[in-house]
Amino acid sequence: MNLIEIASILGAALAVSFGAIGPGLGEGRAVAAAMDAIARQPEAAGTLTRTLFVGLAMIETMAIYCLVIALLLLFANPFLH
Amino acid sequence: MTESPLAIYALFHLGPIAVTEPVAVTWGLMLLLVGGSILLTRRLALHPTARQAALELLVTTIEGQIRDTMRVAPARYLPLIGTLLLFIFFANWSALVPGVEPPTAHIETDAALALIVFAAMVYHGVRARGLRGYLATFAEPTYVMVPLNLVETITRTFSMIVRLFGNVMSGVFVIGIVLSLVGLLVPVPLMALDLLTGAVQAYIFTVLAMVFIGGAAGDDAEGKDNKDRTP
Repeated sequence: MNLIEIASILGAALAVSFGAIGPGLGEGRAVAAAMDAIARQPEAAGTLTRTLFVGLAMIETMAIYCLVIALLLLFANPFLH
Repeated sequence: MTESPLAIYALFHLGPIAVTEPVAVTWGLMLLLVGGSILLTRRLALHPTARQAALELLVTTIEGQIRDTMRVAPARYLPLIGTLLLFIFFANWSALVPGVEPPTAHIETDAALALIVFAAMVYHGVRARGLRGYLATFAEPTYVMVPLNLVETITRTFSMIVRLFGNVMSGVFVIGIVLSLVGLLVPVPLMALDLLTGAVQAYIFTVLAMVFIGGAAGDDAEGKDNKDRTP
């Protein structure tokens, strides 16, 4: 195993692990705010849930970008060929 | 090691043309959607049957979404937006059929869809504002912003590609990994989550397409409808 492969695997692991922190915190805040809003105003739960899911998917995309980078490093590494 | 989610293999050959699985599934979906639409709309009546009422509800919902998001009359954009929504939705949910992998889990399909949105964005921008007017929008608010606006136009198309690809592909990938570890029943909740993600991503892709096209077209006065909106 040469240095580039080791660095790629480490890079992929680091990308996924640290890339998950930000969206994790963000999703936590979003869900907490939505719970707060539903507790205050239960009749708006339908609209809130729909908006929440769309917002969560947008936040989650940040983590997915990191996953795509990690998979590129593992499966389609441009420096290995 | 599971196989690469980025690789793509030929399923069979039609003469000199190699046909891959996403292409075959895409054509199957197109046949299903077009054929289904033709069959379902063959006998339309003034007093709708339950089937027709359900279809009308679907179309009216999409129209309402377009009207809410773009603030214009939906008729001009309904064919493109509605087709995008239905196609991506059915493509993401085609994983329900055993042995079929969603075509949106391969980056080529997503790139094609995002390119369609990009072309529609330019087309509607030029149509609504004229070529000069559309190019002038890149110089807003000042001329300093021209390079940034150009870069943004490219990157937001690219982020649409990666967003849809990453979400659908990661679902397929995770289910593949879990299936290789435990076979029975354990992947089922993940599959359910994957269906939810698929539906939400279809909606998000469509909303983003609406926002981008609407932003390029601006408020074209002739397309504006004020008649059925409450003041």
